[in-house]
Amino acid sequence: MAKLDAKIPQGPLAEKWTNYKAHQNLVNPSNKRRLDIIVVGTGLAGASAAASFGEMGFNVKVFGIHDSPRRAHSIAAQGGINAAKNYPNDGDSIYRLFYDTIKGGDYRAREANVYRLAEVSNNIIDQCVAQGVPFAREYGGLLDNRSFGGAQVSRTFYARGQTGQQLLLGAYSALSKEIKKGSVKMFMRREMLELVVIEGRARGIIVRNLITGEIERHSAHAVVIATGGYSNVFFLSTNAMASNGSAAWKVYKKGAFFGNPSFTQIHPTCIPVHGDYQSKLTLMSESLRNDGRIWVPKHKDDAEKIQKGQLKPTEIPEDRRDYYLERRYPAFGNLVPRDVASRAAKERCDAGYGVGSTGLAVYLDFEDAIKRLGKHVIEARYGNLFQMYEKIVDENPYETPMMIYPAVHYTMGGIWVDYELQTTIPGLFAAGEANFSDHGANRLGASALMQGLSDGYFVLPYTIQNYLADQIRVPRFDTNLPEFEQAEKEAKERIEKLLSINGTDTVDTFHRRLGLIMWDHVGMGRNKEGLEEAIQMIQELRAEFWKNVRVPGKNEMVNPELEKALRLADYMELGELMARDALLREESCGGHFREEHQTEEGEALRDDENFTYVSAWEFTGDDKEPKLNKEPLVFEFIEVKQRNYK
Amino acid sequence: MDLTLKIWRQATASEKGKFVEYQVHNISADASFLEMLDVLNEELVRKGEDPVAFDHDCREGICGACSLYINGRPHGPDKGITTCQMHMRRFKDGETIVIEPWRAKPFPVIKDLMVDRTAFDEIIQAGGYVSINTGGVPDANAIPIPKRDADTAMDAAACIGCGACVAACKNASAMLFVAAKVSQLAVLPQGKIEARERVQNMVAKMDELGFGNCTNTYACEAECPKEISVSHIARMNREYLSAKLLSQKK
Amino acid sequence: MSKTVTYSSVAKKIIMSLAGLFLTSFLVVHLLINLLILFDKSLELFNQAAHFMATNPLIQTFQYVLFFGFILHIILGVVLQIQNWVARPVRYERKGSSEQSYFSKFMIHTGAIIFIFLIIHFANFFVKAKFGHIDSITYDSGTYENLGQLVVMLFSDGGYVIFYVIAILLLGFHLEHGFQSAFQSLGLNHSRYTPFIKGLGTVFSILVTLGFIAIPLVIYFSF
Repeated sequence: MAKLDAKIPQGPLAEKWTNYKAHQNLVNPSNKRRLDIIVVGTGLAGASAAASFGEMGFNVKVFGIHDSPRRAHSIAAQGGINAAKNYPNDGDSIYRLFYDTIKGGDYRAREANVYRLAEVSNNIIDQCVAQGVPFAREYGGLLDNRSFGGAQVSRTFYARGQTGQQLLLGAYSALSKEIKKGSVKMFMRREMLELVVIEGRARGIIVRNLITGEIERHSAHAVVIATGGYSNVFFLSTNAMASNGSAAWKVYKKGAFFGNPSFTQIHPTCIPVHGDYQSKLTLMSESLRNDGRIWVPKHKDDAEKIQKGQLKPTEIPEDRRDYYLERRYPAFGNLVPRDVASRAAKERCDAGYGVGSTGLAVYLDFEDAIKRLGKHVIEARYGNLFQMYEKIVDENPYETPMMIYPAVHYTMGGIWVDYELQTTIPGLFAAGEANFSDHGANRLGASALMQGLSDGYFVLPYTIQNYLADQIRVPRFDTNLPEFEQAEKEAKERIEKLLSINGTDTVDTFHRRLGLIMWDHVGMGRNKEGLEEAIQMIQELRAEFWKNVRVPGKNEMVNPELEKALRLADYMELGELMARDALLREESCGGHFREEHQTEEGEALRDDENFTYVSAWEFTGDDKEPKLNKEPLVFEFIEVKQRNYK
Repeated sequence: MDLTLKIWRQATASEKGKFVEYQVHNISADASFLEMLDVLNEELVRKGEDPVAFDHDCREGICGACSLYINGRPHGPDKGITTCQMHMRRFKDGETIVIEPWRAKPFPVIKDLMVDRTAFDEIIQAGGYVSINTGGVPDANAIPIPKRDADTAMDAAACIGCGACVAACKNASAMLFVAAKVSQLAVLPQGKIEARERVQNMVAKMDELGFGNCTNTYACEAECPKEISVSHIARMNREYLSAKLLSQKK
Repeated sequence: MSKTVTYSSVAKKIIMSLAGLFLTSFLVVHLLINLLILFDKSLELFNQAAHFMATNPLIQTFQYVLFFGFILHIILGVVLQIQNWVARPVRYERKGSSEQSYFSKFMIHTGAIIFIFLIIHFANFFVKAKFGHIDSITYDSGTYENLGQLVVMLFSDGGYVIFYVIAILLLGFHLEHGFQSAFQSLGLNHSRYTPFIKGLGTVFSILVTLGFIAIPLVIYFSF
């Protein structure tokens, strides 16, 4: 248990970060030049961290699987980024943003980390504006804010529906500046296959060149993993096709603990699945819920007729519609948090009231809003989203209600890190969605961008220095050391094994099957039986995968099937850990809903007495049960309450 | 739907490529173009053939990875969208679709339909940024910016770096891409400080990489999935002219 | 002149557009003088104007600037085009069908034919006027070289008229794209004025084309 020291600084909550910075160790400029840092991932967290390290004078190597850092999936975030600027003068403060984040995460996040996040949120906005990020502005020339995801204050900064893109391009430009300067070296189209640990410390990585297939060794004094989340374990998610959990999984298998793997976020407003050829799900911005009303038919026979295509939604009169969110949550109505909205949709569909040909969809209706505000207002607010919907579904949402259904969107769980964002392997850090740190059991809208940039611009540059301060005498590592040999050998063997199976089923076939198991049993509603079954099924599927997958071609070429197979092999193991974690957590909190633990009205029921901890899983060997470590969560500064949106 | 696909196949950058015809059957009209290619690829894998390589990632039109030249147009026949957002209902049953990679000297083919677009990164590295370090910046609201300027900057900043402008241009010119970045930073006060050096360095890099010259044909604007206007090219020309005329001697 | 090759792409375009606009202004003067033939069948006005152009020292100096403009425009055009071809070593199988400024696709083609026309035109008029012998004619206002007679003579040949009309049509196409394009290259793009400039460009190229075409046709059919 001694390993699980969160290293939270002493002092009152609001002074912890200031105290930390005042007392941390620093590295002087001439020594920085002699220290190397590897950053894996070029999204918001990775790009901002790499750029900042470069500015400080470290030697940085940054790795990404895409052709350019600008393609990382941070780019797809639509809504915005939170900060406690209180520009609209509506009562926001660092404390309130901190409090909302802790509460939104259902009291399963670390107080000190979240407070720091709220604290640096303001610096992020300043930084991005200075970089030339074109945030939305008011006529007076100052920054505009909007309310997002049911927050009671307007604290969300945005750049049209492309905030993630603009922030990523900001970080990318900072990174480009450092590449030009020579302080950062960029290695794109490289995928990390192994972490190299020497004498207990992270000292390098093994990557595969995705063009030539060459296996390369890279050494450094510290390694940062910023490779995002693992939602694609569900096959269908809103994540990009290449988003994967492999780097996180590889470091887990080398000794880093994995925190809260079962905490996934299901986003309520996605375009429903419409065919088995489907490769991914498309998110519709949550802002739609500000004006749209969600409903399903009140009577089952109406729902059935709709599913068969015998009835149109517009033909169902008002008194035969069930606006179930407004009915169940009169205070928040259609604006309840994501997890609540998602579960309510699933509940209706499972009960047989769902719409669409699959019965797995609910309506998001703008008829009232159009009547109240006029079509032009709705068009100005959501025009591009409506267009996108029409392109995909081929229905006009101005005339007939949209269909939506929840989809996996974000993973709150990730590599366990302490206050310094350091994992249980010294010298290995994790940032952004790849770590578990700040969102507890549920993430608030517009907070992912905030966390990624906070970690990269304002936390890691300090904490990594604290680690590197005693590394200044450590010379650069020779990549011919036996540890590198060994790690490379493991990677090569895995590739050779996959290529040699030559079975009958494609990688995607297996991935779809895994996704289905995960969605049915480790998705929005989980129970003991289902989870146990899932563990069993995943193990069987994994065995079948290693016997019967077909990966064509060879290693020494552009081989997307091999890339997918390597990622899926890790998902096959990660999925099981998620199920184990969900099984163990005998409570409902945030995105984790155990059907056995709910109130009479069907609301999530937390068990604070027994589960106010982070589950940090430790790898003990292939085909051995992982070991659970607990990091107790201590709430010193806020009172833990039941979430109530009624 | 049943379709005939005529696809450019090229094993590596150095090998010669050729067109190969494939038949795909029972494609749903609701499938996206890339999902249709997924179906083809799964079939090829099952048959033991090499699947078609193409760049793609977010599949929602924002990452800029997808890059196919479909029936004579980058990102296919529809305006204002990327290939991944195009759906098969846009095509006719039985149609033959010709799929080619982007063609330009600075975008060499890597494999099949994948091209190397690192030239764009190099152009950004030549000056597509504001030279500030992390921390020590003024409060965000200390720099008021007229809404109109902020909107213009955002129009330009919407660029996803896909390269459709280069692919569409009969001269393989990258002017729209370069102009979008120059223009974004030229209208914002944060970017004005380095504006003169930026435009000269970025244009020089663009030329050095071997992109063609702009002849104001405006095919780039017509094919840009983010519909970025050629008025940004004019702004860049203006910036360039004033930078050249007004820069002090070094 | 060799430096023009090493200018940046944007600089080349700016020079190209300035040269183009300058040549356009020359076209206007040329057209106005030519039209004098139609308004005065005795050719006195025309010959008088031609005499003025040939003897005025300022105009004579300007002639060299004009030459320089032509050569610059042509050389840059060729250099740009070669670079553009090189920029796409492998062409597309399926011809591009993107929406674009139509005549912009054929600037090098129209330009090349106009260039050939220019040489013939030069040989026919400029060289003869400058170095050859042209009959004189005396009016009340004085005695001039009867250049007008030369024009009328050439345009009485149907074949030549057809060639001339085709060349001028191509010049019109060249102008249609070139006029507005020059403003874009110079960075003069404005939401309010650009549509006007584009309209003006079209009207201008139609007027210039009609004006130049009218002369040989009127001469051929009614002189």
